[in-house]
Amino acid sequence: MADKFVAKFARLVARLTGGLTLRSAGLLVALFAALLAAPYLVNDYLLTVLIIILYFAYTGQAWNIMMGFAGQLSLGHAIYVGLGGYLAASLFVRFDIGPWFGVLAAIPVAVVCGAIIGFLAFRFSVAGVYFAILTIAFAEFARIGFDHLDVVNASAGLFLPVGQYVHNDLWRLRGNPAMFYYVILAATVLIFILCRLLLKSRIGYFWLAIREDEQAARATGIDTFRYKMYAVMISAAATSFAGVFYAFFYNNLFPEQVFSIFRSIEIILGPIIGGVGTLFGPILGAFVLTGLAETLNSTLIALGVDLPGAKQVFYGVCLLFVIVALPEGVWPPLARRLGLAGDSR
Amino acid sequence: MTFLLTLDNVSKRFRGLVAVDAVSFEVPEGSLFAVIGPNGAGKTTLFNMIAGALAPDAGSIVFAGAPIHGLPPDAVCRRGVGRTFQIVRPFAALSVEDNVIVGALLRRNDIDAARERAQALLRRLELYDKRNQAASTLTLPDRKRLEVARALATEPRLLLLDEVMAGLRPTETDRMVAILRTLNRESGLTILLIEHVMRAVMALASRVVVLDHGTMIASGAPADVVRDPAVVQSYLGAEVL
Amino acid sequence: MPFDVYLNVAVSGVLTGLVYGLMALGLSVIFGVVRVVNFAHGEMMSIAMYLAVVLFAGLHLDPLIMLLPISAVLFVFGYILQVRLINPFITRPEYTQFLLLVALAIIIVNTLLIIFGPDARTIQTSYAYDSFQLGSLILDAPKLYAGAAAIVFAAALFVFFRFSLIGKAIRACADNYTGALVVGLDVKHLYALTFALGAACVGAAGVMMTLIVDVTPTIGPTYTLLAFVIVITGGLGSMPGALIGGVLIGLTEALAGLLFTPSAKSMFAFGILVLVLLFRPQGILGKRAT
Repeated sequence: MADKFVAKFARLVARLTGGLTLRSAGLLVALFAALLAAPYLVNDYLLTVLIIILYFAYTGQAWNIMMGFAGQLSLGHAIYVGLGGYLAASLFVRFDIGPWFGVLAAIPVAVVCGAIIGFLAFRFSVAGVYFAILTIAFAEFARIGFDHLDVVNASAGLFLPVGQYVHNDLWRLRGNPAMFYYVILAATVLIFILCRLLLKSRIGYFWLAIREDEQAARATGIDTFRYKMYAVMISAAATSFAGVFYAFFYNNLFPEQVFSIFRSIEIILGPIIGGVGTLFGPILGAFVLTGLAETLNSTLIALGVDLPGAKQVFYGVCLLFVIVALPEGVWPPLARRLGLAGDSR
Repeated sequence: MTFLLTLDNVSKRFRGLVAVDAVSFEVPEGSLFAVIGPNGAGKTTLFNMIAGALAPDAGSIVFAGAPIHGLPPDAVCRRGVGRTFQIVRPFAALSVEDNVIVGALLRRNDIDAARERAQALLRRLELYDKRNQAASTLTLPDRKRLEVARALATEPRLLLLDEVMAGLRPTETDRMVAILRTLNRESGLTILLIEHVMRAVMALASRVVVLDHGTMIASGAPADVVRDPAVVQSYLGAEVL
Repeated sequence: MPFDVYLNVAVSGVLTGLVYGLMALGLSVIFGVVRVVNFAHGEMMSIAMYLAVVLFAGLHLDPLIMLLPISAVLFVFGYILQVRLINPFITRPEYTQFLLLVALAIIIVNTLLIIFGPDARTIQTSYAYDSFQLGSLILDAPKLYAGAAAIVFAAALFVFFRFSLIGKAIRACADNYTGALVVGLDVKHLYALTFALGAACVGAAGVMMTLIVDVTPTIGPTYTLLAFVIVITGGLGSMPGALIGGVLIGLTEALAGLLFTPSAKSMFAFGILVLVLLFRPQGILGKRAT
């Protein structure tokens, strides 16, 4: 029994690392080491920036499962963030239930929500841009709905109790930025590994086939409805964790913000700029986008200029630039330059 | 002699146009069967109904003893019917090998086993050397062979080929004919093909059905069909071969 | 509640709905011909609204007078946009075009935010509080004028597409792109013209809207979504459908605001959208896409 397990594990590791050149493996290790050491190397402000970067890398990767792998454009992903956050926060505020149980509760809810959207869309052949609009409609529905939901304080917002904590409480996610940093770093690494494994598995192949040509995929025997549903549900589940993290990191939730279409667009910016459908795209995109945006912000503050909306204009310009000039995103051409191409999956 | 596929009075109309009108024929297992006829005769519509992309308005389609009319395309494929498209549809961004692996994964769960089968098929269809290229980089003849390989990977009992010779030069046509003949002989694969290239039809088919304006106007051995006056008038023309 | 209240609210909704309809008409024209999903539609409208606000504040020009000039500005803007930015993307995958316009929308909204700040602006015309009485019906003057202007503008557009040579040429492009090219129509120019017309529509609608609502930078996205709901409900590519859809949505919104909480009224629009997408994706008057 045990050796069967070991063999399976060994094959998993082989699949994970298969196709990696020494060069790319080396770069990966270096990157990971740098990220591990970050809290000891940078100040609190930069650490917070890194947390935000990793947050967007994580959610971008989760969104990428639906879009980059299965080809379904969701512009309402904020709904899963919101559902996850509100559920976990409510459980914490009312019943003192810790966030990790909150995650256990959030995931099924998000999966059901995703399943409903997926079912309605796929059963009724709502595709492409229409599907995107459908996802927007659902997110807006949630936004307005939660805005009137008194049990979560409606538009006044839900607040988590913030006390002075002497030590880091991982169980209840109360603590200093470094603790949050490692949590989101771990999550990002895990979802990266998950995506890599998924892509190299049977479900990954079917997703890519569906993305490339759904009719041809059906003619090759793939039950496209089922696999699209899997993509939506897995993506939703993963995104809901981000919601829980968000709630416990910022300690407040407002429907207007959390479910907003701007948030949904923020989620997709990283992957699109980095490269939809690639594994590194969302991570690189998050680094580039958030890094540059924060630099812009700091510069403006240093100059004494207060321009609300400047960051978003910057996002818009970046998106425009990437769509016009770098259709595959930043990662594929970069990978080719660095000689890392070959296995962008 | 068992019939793998039986069509009984299959009809399809689009709004006012009758595309297929009460077509009936039987395809013996292990045979090479051709459907010919002028453009617009309803051949691809017929194929689409067999493959599940369209549902017939009337009539029945029975495959391996069970009705398949009205089933969705993926269910039909799982029952054992593979198909190619008139305008090839490869998974463009995937490699040649991955394209075929997708097909092989229908019957196997393990990626490595699927890869083995895919490579064997690629060797057979003379695409092995290009297996790591992206499908989008292939020439048309190669894409056609890739599409056949992908369909074969699903281990069909019946292979539907929609104008697979179109656009091929005579030497490539002969190559494809040879591959298909070998497949049929070695594995007993039943092949149903729509074809305009008479060279291929005469070389391959043991039985031919002729469609014109949705109805069957002739059926039988190739040599008889091409001499049938109705066929000559509607499709082939006076000079034949 | 007395019938009078319902009637008044309904009529008010219909009038607003006519303006919505004009806005959606612009989107329908753009999609029906150029096949571009203009996700920056509401944002273009907000540009027109701010232009109206600024001109009113600076020069005291009534919005109804500024209707044509501002539409003309949006016309030019739309033309340039199509030629410079969107045309090269005709051949790219659908979602790329879509995201291009999303990017544009983000830039517009936030630039307006930077320039004008988040506070609401209003236009107080001399007739802002006037009303007409028709039995138990009390018609709000600005709304009445806005609704009337919308009808006139829409009618002009119908006439243009029906009877003018250019209008027919544009319809030809929509029906058959290759055919239009073959007979020698300058499709690029006609596409740009169409986009410009759609922009002019939305510009006019924006000016009329300033008579009805307050202007903030963030209403752009709300109107974009509303325009989509209307166009999809009424039928993508159908001009009468856009107007009917607009009136329908305006009516539903108004009545929903009356029967339930006002701030939840857009929920109904989304509910309708979901139902339409599921059960009748071609909308009330649209043709099923092939």
